Amino acid sequence: MEQSEQNVAGQTGKKATASMRGPEPLVRHPAEPAGTGNLIFDVRDMSVWYGGFQAVTDVTLPIYENEITAFIGSSGSGKSTVLRAFNRMNDLVPGARVAGEMYYRGANLYGADVSPIAVRRRIGMVFQKPNPFPKSIYDNVAYGPRINGERNRHRLDEIVERSLRGAALWDEVKNRLKTSGLALSGGQAQRLCIARTIAVEPDVVLMDEPASALDPISTGAIEDLMHELKSRFTIVIVTHNMQQATRVSDRTAFFYVLTDSASDTRTGVLVEYASTKQIFEDPQDSRTQAYVTGRMG
Amino acid sequence: MTVAAQPQAHPQKVSLREPPSWRRTKNQLMTVLMVLAFVVTLVPLGFVLVTVIAKGASIISWSFLTSSIPPPVLPANVGGMGPAIVGTLEITALATVIAVPLGILGAIYINEYGGKGFLAQVVRFMSDVMTGVPSIIMGLFIFTLWTLRFQYSGLGGALALACLMLPVVIRSSEEMLKLVPDSLREGSYALGATKARVTVTVVLPAAVGGIVSGALLAVARATGETAPLLFTIGIVTSVNANVFSGSNTSLPSQIFLNATQPYDGAQARGWGAALTLVVIAFIFMIAARLVTARFARYQR
Repeated sequence: MEQSEQNVAGQTGKKATASMRGPEPLVRHPAEPAGTGNLIFDVRDMSVWYGGFQAVTDVTLPIYENEITAFIGSSGSGKSTVLRAFNRMNDLVPGARVAGEMYYRGANLYGADVSPIAVRRRIGMVFQKPNPFPKSIYDNVAYGPRINGERNRHRLDEIVERSLRGAALWDEVKNRLKTSGLALSGGQAQRLCIARTIAVEPDVVLMDEPASALDPISTGAIEDLMHELKSRFTIVIVTHNMQQATRVSDRTAFFYVLTDSASDTRTGVLVEYASTKQIFEDPQDSRTQAYVTGRMG
Repeated sequence: MTVAAQPQAHPQKVSLREPPSWRRTKNQLMTVLMVLAFVVTLVPLGFVLVTVIAKGASIISWSFLTSSIPPPVLPANVGGMGPAIVGTLEITALATVIAVPLGILGAIYINEYGGKGFLAQVVRFMSDVMTGVPSIIMGLFIFTLWTLRFQYSGLGGALALACLMLPVVIRSSEEMLKLVPDSLREGSYALGATKARVTVTVVLPAAVGGIVSGALLAVARATGETAPLLFTIGIVTSVNANVFSGSNTSLPSQIFLNATQPYDGAQARGWGAALTLVVIAFIFMIAARLVTARFARYQR
């Protein structure tokens, strides 16, 4: 019941804005053919609710293999919500509910027999604030392999070294693997979290504003790292930093907060989704243009 | 001294002092009051310690710590408190074994699993109520439930002490678990960990320092309890190493008994027992600090 009310509210909100802005289609599908091709996520008409609040409405977007897809948009536009739906982290939020279809390599992510645990072992996540565990650097990286049942000391050593090298952190920490992960600087801690994520050899790495708490040097290091990781993983990144989106991503999705003043509801929608080049150089939607040129948000 | 090193002279020097005002007066007044409050709390503590040490230290010796308890009429240089020390240690240890694991598991249930559910709310509320139950009521509770059926034993005392410790352990552990940031839980979930795994491998290690020091404080507290032991462990004058059967005794009980005797020897032994108890509680406190520091190794 509540859901249908919210839906109606969301739609009225959309109509109001659409009439204000002229008959622009709300969602654009990628204008260009899908680069390297393989579809990783296929999201259709997805909406997410937190209790009675509809955080995002009718998002449709495909994510392609070995590409970096950036989500941009102002706060409250639902970027993080969509990102966290990809590995079912929203399950941990009491009252969160997802509607619509979401396929990962052909499997329905929200199917009845899907285990969120199995999903998260394939789809890793790096968070906004570096969150190393209060364990040693070694134990942080070995954590994922260990919970997957790896007990062999020798193989764990290999995984830890490979992952730390992969995260461009090995040279800085190789002599102090037994010291606390919390003793690292912000940028190092974030790279440790990336090492921890890639140690389980995921298929996809989701990044929720991974560099927003870091200084420019560390940010640069993380961005370089993403370019290297791209060949092995599919990456989806949420960012508030538009330069970052242009620097790292192949494809960009612009999210927008729709506000309906009549019912005082707001919800996030996907406004435009295309190659990063097109979004930043030739946006088709006036709201995208306003955002990427810094006139809004 | 060069001229350059001297502060530049300003014709109108700025005063950065707080100007005389009601606010300044209030500030000084409150500072004085707080120092007074500090002294007022410290003085009784100092007196207690000084008195216990002054009156108890002279009797403490190896034979006092190990000998059996003599009849109260005998002078101070005869016998000791061995049975009471053994009793206190074994009863407290047993109470700890009962209450601490149960309390930590309860806290894990409340904070990690129960959330705002009915059962978790009930457990939380009940442990709050239990915290407020006077210790002698706990003693009576175990007396009617256990002692009347199974006679005096160290186990009865341990059960009563465990009832006292349980709510303290639950609530202090819960507070420590609450302090573990959700970002750590998310980090673990994002690697494909199950809830049990997240709890055991991330949440507990992150909170273990606080949980252990909370538990040890509860233990130290229980060590000194007299009332719950009054009608649950009975009285003996020689060591009873079996905590599960037969009457036992404890330092607090012996302090109570000896202090109410008119004989000098008994009173001196009472003071000796008091000092021993203070030292044991002190050792637990130190252990709590050390354990916290040990577990805090990876916290920063």
